[in-house]
Amino acid sequence: MQGRSVPGATIRIQRDPFDVPAETARVTAGRADIGGIVAFTGLCRDEGGRLRALELEHYPGMAEDEIGRVAQTALARWPLLGLTAIHRFGMIAPGEDIVLVIAASAHRRAAFEAADFMMDYLKTRAPFWKREHLIDGTTGAWVESKAEDDAAAARW
Amino acid sequence: MTKLVYFAWVRERVGKPDETIDLPDSVTTVAALLDWQKTRGEVYAHAFEHASVIRVALDKTHAGHDAALGDAREIAFFPPMTGG
Repeated sequence: MQGRSVPGATIRIQRDPFDVPAETARVTAGRADIGGIVAFTGLCRDEGGRLRALELEHYPGMAEDEIGRVAQTALARWPLLGLTAIHRFGMIAPGEDIVLVIAASAHRRAAFEAADFMMDYLKTRAPFWKREHLIDGTTGAWVESKAEDDAAAARW
Repeated sequence: MTKLVYFAWVRERVGKPDETIDLPDSVTTVAALLDWQKTRGEVYAHAFEHASVIRVALDKTHAGHDAALGDAREIAFFPPMTGG
């Protein structure tokens, strides 16, 4: 497990699964000023039953740095009381979690917006690449980036 | 000496995850480096054929193709990101 130190945020890149309730509890522990918490979990789809696993390659060091930069932007832009981003790498089976973003604030709007922003920016800036491994035993193609993801990030 | 690192299909096409190399003095920008990579033989010519889509990071920070290399120690080449 690798982490990066951004004051006010928890950022981790890890091979192992994460525990959403435990991560949420970590954000709210010992405080009563949070009025809303948004937790987004991105999962591995089975792509209509054809996918055996997704392989996630990442750039160690830069992945933490880049998510940290996105987190700093979110912290500067919204009045957040907690922010967590966890991204897995390695082989991930359909149904498993890939990514978690938690944003907490006094009011819901900031939490919703910050979580949405984090995901849009993380998808287009964090150095991760997906490759499909198919149920028939073959290794599929590297997943191509989507123009709609760039468009989503450009909204902010 | 500069460490060049490769990810995803760029890594597969180059055939290695990284290499340490002396860059020519004439190569001072990301664009010039991408052009130079193409001249390093068939494998590199293929890997960098579509250089316009390849992203570059200087010392683990995203850099545009017009950026100066400066004194970057580690230069990474990779396709557009597909995480999340």
